[in-house]
Amino acid sequence: MSKGMIRSLLKRDTRADRVVPPTGYTAHLTLFVSGAMAFLAVFALALSLASGRLADRWGTELAGAVTLRISAPADQMDAQTEAALTVLSQTPGIASARALTTEEQAALLSPWFGPDLPLDTLPVPQLIEIIEGEPGLDAAGLRLRLGAEVPGAVLDDHTRWREPLVEAARSLRRLGWVSILLIGGATAAMITLAANASLAANAQIIEVLRLVGARDSFIARAFVRRFTYRAFFGAVVGVLLGMTGVLLLPEASDAGGFLTGLGFQGYGWLLPALIPVLGAAVAFLATWSAASRKLKELS
Amino acid sequence: MIELENLSYTYGGGELLSDVSLRLQPGSFHFLTGPSGAGKTTILKLCYGALLPTTGRLSVFKQDIARLDRDQLALMRRRIGVVHQDCQFLDHMTLAENVALPLTVSGQIDTAQREDLSELLSWVGLGTRLDSHPPELSGGERQRAALARAVILSPDVVLADEPTGNVDWEMSQRLLRLLVELNKMGKTVLIATHDMSLIRAAKSQVQARVLRISQRQVQLAGADL
Repeated sequence: MSKGMIRSLLKRDTRADRVVPPTGYTAHLTLFVSGAMAFLAVFALALSLASGRLADRWGTELAGAVTLRISAPADQMDAQTEAALTVLSQTPGIASARALTTEEQAALLSPWFGPDLPLDTLPVPQLIEIIEGEPGLDAAGLRLRLGAEVPGAVLDDHTRWREPLVEAARSLRRLGWVSILLIGGATAAMITLAANASLAANAQIIEVLRLVGARDSFIARAFVRRFTYRAFFGAVVGVLLGMTGVLLLPEASDAGGFLTGLGFQGYGWLLPALIPVLGAAVAFLATWSAASRKLKELS
Repeated sequence: MIELENLSYTYGGGELLSDVSLRLQPGSFHFLTGPSGAGKTTILKLCYGALLPTTGRLSVFKQDIARLDRDQLALMRRRIGVVHQDCQFLDHMTLAENVALPLTVSGQIDTAQREDLSELLSWVGLGTRLDSHPPELSGGERQRAALARAVILSPDVVLADEPTGNVDWEMSQRLLRLLVELNKMGKTVLIATHDMSLIRAAKSQVQARVLRISQRQVQLAGADL
């Protein structure tokens, strides 16, 4: 299909468009399907983008951080902490290492035990936050050295629980994109059915048009334009409703976690604007293909 | 202009036309007659490419119709005006839009043509019905509108299938006069009809040949009128 043909297909031609009756259940069907699919596509897109953000955040935030946990009797805790910090300061690939204060540790535990936790009466391990630097940390070597010099130290590089979480977020993102593809496919299938029904219902009109010398491309264009514009306007309405739904979702907050961050951010707000365009493109291709096939059958 | 050579047409296992040969010369006027179901409409449909012959050769404007693709067929049809018995209009469009349909599909329509349309519809006595819709028209008005639509592109050939089938005597004479007028403008006219009174009425107006379909073949029916 040449660019000229696509331009002529999209160009409004009021008189030519009039040859197809303006009403019929296929008109409502196309509007409804494209609207509903666009509405779902907005949510699938929001899910996909939010999952992507989450995967990136978890990946980057936790990738450079390691935690050292020191479990020792109370009278040895300070000495072992000091020894651990000394070892860490001598280890290549560590940008900084610091022991968490009592308040910081209490804050970490407060979601489980409440805000008034008497930390000094509990055998809580001392945590040391390690930020990786260049050229990267040799976790295995560090573990060996700590095992020898700080017997109560356990090095946690977060790999064990970080990777499944990041993978889960990535899977959600993939699921979102797959949903969008499925929505596109379902839209194409429904519009193809509607176009076929419309062409079959208007077989007599096609016969009249051929009688007066209409080329198949003229007849196809009249149907293609009709369905493309209907799909576009249906999708615009669906996107507007979908965006309203997304706007009504609770705003992202640290306390709310993933579900409250299910929306658009920054340039992401512009992406739904592509949905009507893509919906129209899908309708265009589906109707063109259906019309070409049907007109061949009717000849 | 239109030439059928040893043509046969089979439909549903039965042969409707057998070994038909016929030549329509430019500017000629022909009646095609025969009983209902004899194949008059089939011959007309073959002439404008709505059907293809089973065997034999059909040449229209010196082109073998079997070799034309769908685009070439459409271009060929613009040179042939067809008036059907049931007229076939698009009911959601006005009469003016229906009559202008050949211009619309061939991309020749422009805003200055409403006056031309009015003139053409006045020629068939429908000058005041431009904005009417086909269901609002009587049988005779529909036939005349179909004739106007058939000639709007100034075709070389006009094919009319029972054009007076649904109208009274007075209206059939009016339609006949319009078809004769077209022939005098140089158009080739072929009218399929079983109405012998129409053929007799044409005798005084035009030099016409009468072809009769009998036993799946086309024969010249007696002397020229």
